[in-house]
Parts: sequence; structure tokens; C-alpha cells
Amino acid sequence: MDNSFAQRRRRDLILAAVLTCLAALAPVFIKDVYVQNILILTLMYAALSQAWNILGGYCGQISLGHALYFGLGAYTTALLFTKFGVLPWFGMLTGGLISALIALALGYPTFRLKGHYFVIATIVIAEIAYLLFLNWDWAGAALGIDIPVRSDSWATFQFTRSKLPYFYFALALCCAVWLVTFWLENSKWGFWWRAVKDNPEAAESLGVVVFNSKMGAAAVSAFFTAVGGAFYAQFVSYIDPESVMSFHFSLLMALPAVLGGIGTLWGPVLGAAILIPVTELTRSFIGGSGRGVDLIVYGSLIVLIALARPEGVLGLFSRRRKGGAR
Amino acid sequence: MSPLLETKAVWQRFGGLVANSDVSIAVEPGEIVGLIGPNGAGKSTLFNLIAGVRPPTQGSIIFNGEDVTRLPAAERCRRGIARTFQVVKSFETMSVIDNVIVGALVRTTVMREARRKAHEVLEFCGLDARAEVPASDLIPSEKRRLEVARALATEPKLLLLDEVLTGLTAKEAEKGVELVRRVRTAGVTVLMVEHVMEIVMPLVDRAIVLDLGKVLVEGKPADIVRDPKVISAYLGDRHAVGA
Ligand SMILES: Nc1ncnc2c1ncn2[C@@H]1O[C@H](COP(=O)(O)OP(=O)(O)OP(=O)(O)O)[C@@H](O)[C@H]1O
Ligand SMILES: [Mg+2]
Repeated sequence: MDNSFAQRRRRDLILAAVLTCLAALAPVFIKDVYVQNILILTLMYAALSQAWNILGGYCGQISLGHALYFGLGAYTTALLFTKFGVLPWFGMLTGGLISALIALALGYPTFRLKGHYFVIATIVIAEIAYLLFLNWDWAGAALGIDIPVRSDSWATFQFTRSKLPYFYFALALCCAVWLVTFWLENSKWGFWWRAVKDNPEAAESLGVVVFNSKMGAAAVSAFFTAVGGAFYAQFVSYIDPESVMSFHFSLLMALPAVLGGIGTLWGPVLGAAILIPVTELTRSFIGGSGRGVDLIVYGSLIVLIALARPEGVLGLFSRRRKGGAR
Repeated sequence: MSPLLETKAVWQRFGGLVANSDVSIAVEPGEIVGLIGPNGAGKSTLFNLIAGVRPPTQGSIIFNGEDVTRLPAAERCRRGIARTFQVVKSFETMSVIDNVIVGALVRTTVMREARRKAHEVLEFCGLDARAEVPASDLIPSEKRRLEVARALATEPKLLLLDEVLTGLTAKEAEKGVELVRRVRTAGVTVLMVEHVMEIVMPLVDRAIVLDLGKVLVEGKPADIVRDPKVISAYLGDRHAVGA
């Protein structure tokens, strides 16, 4: 009856499988540690942006405060490990759950806000959390937390000799969030989210509980963002408020989705694949470690996209299906 | 038989403006009832109160024997009240079929079933050929149809139609009328706001005239169009002559 739909879903799955295989083979050919590093970051931001996209893209609640959940994931893992010897895997899960709960608690007041007010609230809340962590002595305050490196092991998720385990974990995370999105997209939740984004009043009249929809999206989105944060903490093995909770991260989670195609299945992956290598390479070409360069690159890309193709780079491939789900 | 819908002395104030004052109407199961009245009479306001956009300032709304006055819109949809909007509110970035699936998901969470149901409703409304098109690509008369389809997909007991026939060509309106008849045959009670007398009067079993927020008269269409109060309030000399 509905072959085109089933075909589209199958095509997405096949494409995902092929891309995953190609990515998994990449380290066989790419031995350069610097390039591997970029690949890991690209995969991580693809996963993070995919998580952001659930709330910001599908449900239309633009958050510029996701650094909060990223930081919570990183801090939960690092604190549990350094203070209580809890393995990062549990820290990752705990951080995810804590973030989801906090997202629900914050959603309760903020989802009553409309449009720009919501965006501003997310920025302000993340900034407050940043300041709290900056002054929280037990959590290392401004000095942060140095995660002691013992030996290479999957149990403690620490690897010093080769970056490959991180690469494969980032790839797995990216696949996991993609699959969750893929599944949610064709579920009651996915439809509710898109309806809420397009027209909350009409959605409500069709039985959609708008408030609960937003809460659900926020919880899922925060959970995976925190898992990404936990990964990052292990990957860099040193965190402080600036390096995991600054506004910079909130931008880096939103931009790939916006660049690639907001509210689409492939947008975040595509966006991250363009944005992250470009910024990393530009940074190394120009030299210095200033954040200014990244910002110039993001800014230019966003202006370009806004002018040329507001639906994102993905729009280049599917002009025919403008307004379609993917 | 007890009425499917009853509003009991319903008031709606917007600041100093009284949009509905002491409105008591009843709709019996299986009826097609027309709600008419001049611009600003409070018809859409009453629809919003029935559908649960906001609770009335005063009064109560009984649906299917249950007091639904304080229930939110989504909950009323679940109970069997569906509505269209006077200013169409399609989900613009979604395809036509996806718009309708949103409605179907009230009754099932199995996607395959919701999709099947949505196609069935689109077919019923004569829109199935446009299923895969983005809603933003529809022409106005198709968008009206989509509003109806989406509402029907929720399997309502009562369907509230707010000016779905307005602004259509004669031929499109004809098709619309036929659609409303089939909706009733399918077992759905219809309460419809409409402006075009020539179209709505032959269609409805009963008409309720709202003027300045109050119920002016109600009765059989033939009586309504002859009622002097209605003529002076709404129909004007043009129709007095015609009737
Ligand atoms: N949300 C609101 N806030 C303030 N005033 C409102 C609101 N909604 C409606 N009104 C006012 O209430 C009155 C009744 O409006 P309503 O839309 O119900 O009329 P209507 O009978 O549907 O008219 P039309 O035939 O033009 O659709 C109008 O004066 C309108 O301006
Ligand atoms: Mg109206």
C-alpha cells in the first residue's frame, strides 16, 4: 500500500550500514594521529548534534544550553571515578539519567515559554550551571578534575597508546543515536514532535499532549548528550568548567544540525562531517588556539546556509522533497 | 435520547468584550447542526470552548453525558471531539499523509495501523492522490479537506467544522457538502459554522443563530430564513426578498 515510505526507510538503513562499514575501516588507512583525532571529534559531534536534533530539530525547541547536559555527563563520570572509583560505564549511564531528570525539571517551567524566550532561558540556565561548577570546590572548581590514567583498559575506558578504542566508541555512539532517531522518527513520539513544532494548537486539537511531547524530547536529548559528555571526559582525561560547559559546546551541538538540515535524519551527520573537519583544519592552518577562529568559521557557514539554503545542505540533495521528513 | 453535546449557560469574556453570553445549545447524536451568525457573533469562540482551547469564563460543557468543562483540548479529542480551524492550521513541513497520521495516533500507537487508517481517511476525503505531497504545496481547498481528514482520523463522535465551505468555488463547495453528508452517514455528528446560506441551509437538520454572543433563535432551516429577527440581524434585505 505504501511502498514509497517503506522503500525510503530501507534506503536509509542501507545507507547507514554502508557508511558505518566505511567509517569502521577508515583507521586501516588513516594512521595519522592528528587526523584520527579529527575523525573522533567529528563522530562525537555527529552523535551530539543528532541528540540535540531530537529536541531542537524534530520538536522545534531550540536549545542553546545543551552544554549543561554535556558537562553533567562529563562531571558525573569524572567525579564518580575519581572520588568513588566507580567505572566510567556506570558514570556514563548515571550522568545520562541525571541529565534526563534535570532536563525534565527544567522543562517544567521553561516549556511554557514561547520562541525566543525559551532559547534565552536555555542559554541563561547553562550559564548559571557553568558558574556553579566554576565555584564548586568539591568538584574541583575552576581547576577542574584530572582523571588519573592507570593503564589501557576497556573496564576503565582509558587508552593512552592508541586512540582507536575511542574512535570505535564514538562510532558506536553515533550509530546508536542515529538508530534511536530513526526508530523515533516513525513512532508516535516522532509524529507528535513534528506536529508540536509545526503548529502546537492544531496538535493539541488532534490529541497531542504538547507539554509531554516536549518533556519526552528533552529527556531523550539530554540523556544522549550526557553520554557524549562522559565519553569526552574519558577521551581528554581532564575536564574543567570551561572545557565541558562553556557556551561554545552548546553552539557546536546545534550547528551541525542547522548546517546539515534541521529536523532531518541525516542533517546532523552531514553537518558534523563538514563543520568539524573544516574548523579543526582552519584552526591548525591559522595556528594559535584562540576560539575566535572557530567562531568566524561557524558564523560564515551559518550566514551562507541561511542565505543560500535555509533547510540545510541536505536540501541540495532532496530539492524535490522539500518539506519532507528527511 | 440525551444530547451528545450540551453547553449550559456558557459565557466567554475577553477583558471587557463579551464574546459568548449565556449560550445554551444542545446537539443530538446523528444531527447536522448549522451555527450561523454575522461576523464577530462569537461562533469560533464557542467552538474553541467546546473543543477545549480554553475553559469558559462561566458555565459548563457536557459531552456524551460527562462534564468536560475543565478538560484540556487533547483530552477532549480522546473523548471524541474533533475540530477544524477557520484559519487552516496544517503541519506545513509534513506531508499530507503524515498530517493525517498525527490524528490517527490518538486511537492506536501501532504505526502500520495509523498509516493504514490515514490512507483510508484520505481516500474518504478525496485526497489520497496527494498523500505524499508536503502540506505546504496544497491549494486552499485541499487544505480545508486536509483539516477535515485530520479531524476524522481521530475517529470523533462530534465533528466541529469552522467555515470549511467558505471561499470555495461552487463546484468545490458542492463536493464539500457531499463530504459532510457522508461523514454523517458514517455515524459522526456534525456542528458546522458556515456563512453561505444557500449551501448550508439545505444541508443542516437544524440551525442555531448566534448574534452579539447570544443565541438569537434556533430551529428548522426553513423557519430560520423567514424569521424576521434573523433577517434583520444577519441575512439582510437581500435574503428577505429571496426567501
Ligand atoms: N482570543 C481573543 N481575545 C480577544 N478577543 C477575541 C478573541 N477571540 C475572539 N475575540 C473577539 O470575540 C468576538 C467574537 O469572535 P469570533 O471569532 O468568535 O466571531 P465569529 O462569529 O467566529 O466571526 P467570523 O464569522 O468573523 O469568524 C470578536 O469581537 C473577536 O474580536
Ligand atoms: Mg469565526
